Amino acid sequence: MTGVRVLVGTRKGAFILTSDGKRKTWDVTGPHFAGWEIYHMKGSAADPDRIYASQSSGWFGQIIQRSSDGGKTWEQPGSAPGDAQKSPEGFQKGESNKFVYDVSAKTGKPLTTHMWYDGTQHPWEFKRVWHLEPSLTDRDICFAGVEDAALFKTKDGGKTWNELAGLRGHGTGPKWQPGAGGMCLHTIILDPKNEKRIYVAISAAGAFRSDDGGKSWKPINKGLTSNFMPDPTAEIGHCVHHVAMHPSRPDVLFMQKHWDVMRSDNAGDNWREISGSLPSDFGFVIDVHAHEPETLYVVPIKSDSEHYPPDGKLRVYRSRDGGQEWEALTKGLPQKDCFVNVLRDAMAVDRLDKCGVYFGTTGGQVYCSPDGGDNWTAIVRDLPAVQSVEVQTLS
Amino acid sequence: MTARKIRVVLPTHLRRLALVAGDVEVGVDGPVTICAVLDALEAAHPNLCGTIRDHGSGKRRPFVRFFACNQDLSLEPPETTLLPEQVARGEQPFLVVGAIAGG
Repeated sequence: MTGVRVLVGTRKGAFILTSDGKRKTWDVTGPHFAGWEIYHMKGSAADPDRIYASQSSGWFGQIIQRSSDGGKTWEQPGSAPGDAQKSPEGFQKGESNKFVYDVSAKTGKPLTTHMWYDGTQHPWEFKRVWHLEPSLTDRDICFAGVEDAALFKTKDGGKTWNELAGLRGHGTGPKWQPGAGGMCLHTIILDPKNEKRIYVAISAAGAFRSDDGGKSWKPINKGLTSNFMPDPTAEIGHCVHHVAMHPSRPDVLFMQKHWDVMRSDNAGDNWREISGSLPSDFGFVIDVHAHEPETLYVVPIKSDSEHYPPDGKLRVYRSRDGGQEWEALTKGLPQKDCFVNVLRDAMAVDRLDKCGVYFGTTGGQVYCSPDGGDNWTAIVRDLPAVQSVEVQTLS
Repeated sequence: MTARKIRVVLPTHLRRLALVAGDVEVGVDGPVTICAVLDALEAAHPNLCGTIRDHGSGKRRPFVRFFACNQDLSLEPPETTLLPEQVARGEQPFLVVGAIAGG
């Protein structure tokens, strides 16, 4: 393995940071899509040069971008600038950003409302793509988690998207409610050992699992407790912030919830709390070491009303025993007057022999630890607020 | 019938998306309505589909506004509203504007 490519989505564009295996010196390109919000970018495991990006704007809506050369050049799938709207074969172009909920009786469900903040029912309205999860085996297949919460899939490299309507229509949808950041499907995890198994997480509905490739779904929230809910242990309504899995043990899941860090050893059927000695069990990110399935990372945040680290100290916490004991990692991170946040998709690990850990902040810093968290340096310090960080390990 | 050449001014974000540097010229057959100009624009630049008008409803996105000859046409019915003759003759542009928001 020779190097890494870090894909950084920010409030004002995308940046790509590349380095060799030492991860000491970095090349920075960007901003790509300058001025647009980049909620997420992720590369294909099947073809690392294939990268998908979610580009959006409160003014101009959703755009899907795709690169086939590792981020050097980009295109909107199926509709290069200046192309005619229809191909000579009559294929409709300009649909790579068309996310339409499936309400057909045959393939979808005639479900048109979810719960609003005041408890009334509210129509489902597409707003943006929060997360893109490329297939592990086919570069043209990719899943998209969107707001208002739903799961979409493309089989043609992003030219067209279709909803996997069994999730939104499985029965609990009318009870889903937006979190403070909107009602978003933000986490998609594909099981590397079982292509039929998919996990997703939604704020504020909870976690869900499909065992048939996305046709049918069930909530997997037993053991979660959310004291802000009328029924704190209800099947639905938990504000899950992020879920992580080690590919060697796909039945073991780790969750950073609104409050509480949780663990499941049976594919989400039951959860137990592992917050232990953390200074705060509120936070957004959680990730797993590339080579040590019991080594976890979180970044504690003070509270749901104060989205910054406790005591103004930016500390990553690491557990080497699956969440029983936690240690603060501080070397190279600011230990005073630091009041940034680390958003849910803004942490990632590489797969080099010495696992690198990366996270981005709302203050525009992207930190890298090339030694599993022991030492940290800022790759960049002054980007726009970071929304997401993903890492590709290049050979 | 010869298509009328209509000049369209796009906001910076959409110019970058369409990879155009300045005004865009589109050809419109028949009545030069707001809708006809947008149809022609999206036909010439399909990567703008969904950015000015919502994909699902076909309606103007909330923070996009339309102007021509110092008139705000944003709230006019797009299918039937004819653009000013100066726009139809290509003397004045049709402006697609990102609404000012924030502080």
